[in-house]
Amino acid sequence: MNARYTEFHPRWHRPRMPVFWWAGRRSYLIFVIRELSSVFVAWSVVFLLLLVHAVSQGGTQYQQFLNLSSNPWMLALNVIALAFLVFHAITWFNLAPQAMVVHLRGRRVPRSAITGAHYAGWALLSALAAWLILG
Amino acid sequence: MAKRRAEPLVWLLFTSGGLAAALLLPVLLVLFGLVFPAGWVPAPAQAHLLSLARNPLTRVVLLGLCVLALFHWAHRFRYTLYDGLQLKHLSKLIIVGCYGGALVGSALAGYLLLAGL
Amino acid sequence: MADQIILQVTRYRPEREPEPTTQEYEIPLHEEWAVLDGLNHVKDHLDGTLSYRWSCRMGICGSCGMTVNGDPRLTCATFLTDYRPGPIRIEPLRNFPVIRDLVVEIGDFMRKLPKVKPWLIRAEDAAATDGELLQTPADLDEYKQYSMCINCMLCYSACPIVGLEEGFLGPAAIALAQRYNLDSRDQGAHERMDVLSTADGVWGCTFVGECTTACPKDVDPAGAIQRYKLTAAAESLRSFLLPWRPA
Repeated sequence: MNARYTEFHPRWHRPRMPVFWWAGRRSYLIFVIRELSSVFVAWSVVFLLLLVHAVSQGGTQYQQFLNLSSNPWMLALNVIALAFLVFHAITWFNLAPQAMVVHLRGRRVPRSAITGAHYAGWALLSALAAWLILG
Repeated sequence: MAKRRAEPLVWLLFTSGGLAAALLLPVLLVLFGLVFPAGWVPAPAQAHLLSLARNPLTRVVLLGLCVLALFHWAHRFRYTLYDGLQLKHLSKLIIVGCYGGALVGSALAGYLLLAGL
Repeated sequence: MADQIILQVTRYRPEREPEPTTQEYEIPLHEEWAVLDGLNHVKDHLDGTLSYRWSCRMGICGSCGMTVNGDPRLTCATFLTDYRPGPIRIEPLRNFPVIRDLVVEIGDFMRKLPKVKPWLIRAEDAAATDGELLQTPADLDEYKQYSMCINCMLCYSACPIVGLEEGFLGPAAIALAQRYNLDSRDQGAHERMDVLSTADGVWGCTFVGECTTACPKDVDPAGAIQRYKLTAAAESLRSFLLPWRPA
């Protein structure tokens, strides 16, 4: 009935991968959300450069930047961006021990130590930056 | 025989950028994107920020952060387009768009941080 | 009346239908039965035409991998009662061509595995009279985890890149390459690098991590791949900055 089927070589079924393969499974969806965080990383750099430019141009420009950042749409965007940034940081630090096997004095450093070191560094650098900025 | 490969070095940029972005961008965005605009804490004076930004160490750190974070985005977004939207057939365009964009952004960051301040 | 549970099993009979279909079987729900026991009950008592692979029924041969309720599982290590009251969907392992019913074609993996040279490579062959190659327990610990792979292909089924990129070596092959790279007796790491440090090797991986989640033997192929990315990147950096130094 089917020319593609022979007794010695049946026709294999090869399903195609759908474009939205990642939408059907929770773990895949979380993965794609994690990957999309990179867009908000790029946005944060843009926002940071806008700030640097405004600061370099003087008090008026700086005030304009502050007004822009208080705009409800901008605020909403940055809250979303912040959520993605934090998600990026958490997933990054939690995955770090899988990628880094560190040996100290012949023993393997435990995974919790590597993750903990990342979070500690995060807290320290954030505190330092906040202290410098708030003066 | 190890032949010259770009992909591992580009991946190193991606990894460093991911770490830098994770460590430094959240606090900056929290302060300038939420806390100061919402008025929870008064925004620092322009003069203070200017002197802070003009510090050579600050400039180097911020430039490093911007360049690495942009290349982190470029690399990750490239693969998101390949795998998430199955656009691998447009890979040449995507590579130019992503890494080219990161280069342009890096040049802009270099200008703003080194020449503009 | 003992409990029953329904199995919704994919059937694919290319000699009579162009597409797979689903057939339901009602089987007894015994507390100690694995999904494989359920399939064997179907084959023995309900429908002898059902085709599927299995062998050791104890999680070491790697034959009985199938997609159970959407997840890649060893059917001998997955219990019916975990899915009570059912029904349980049993499909062939994803990302592989289906030959018949639940039987998939793994030739692609069988051709990719030898590419990473999964054997001990020595610079010079030694005579048997030279004695054994010695290794401490600490040396063994460096690669032991990656030697636990049973080639069950659950990781290939879980990995979206395997489904998207035909040439991608895949989690198990790279983990097995690492098993030898990290073995103190092996001297072939630079030989494997030309195969591993490519777009079809580690650089195609985006660390989804599903391979590690699916692995029934805790091999952590995702970890093996990320570690190799660091190794390969460090080597690329070295050859770029210090090209005169040997690999």
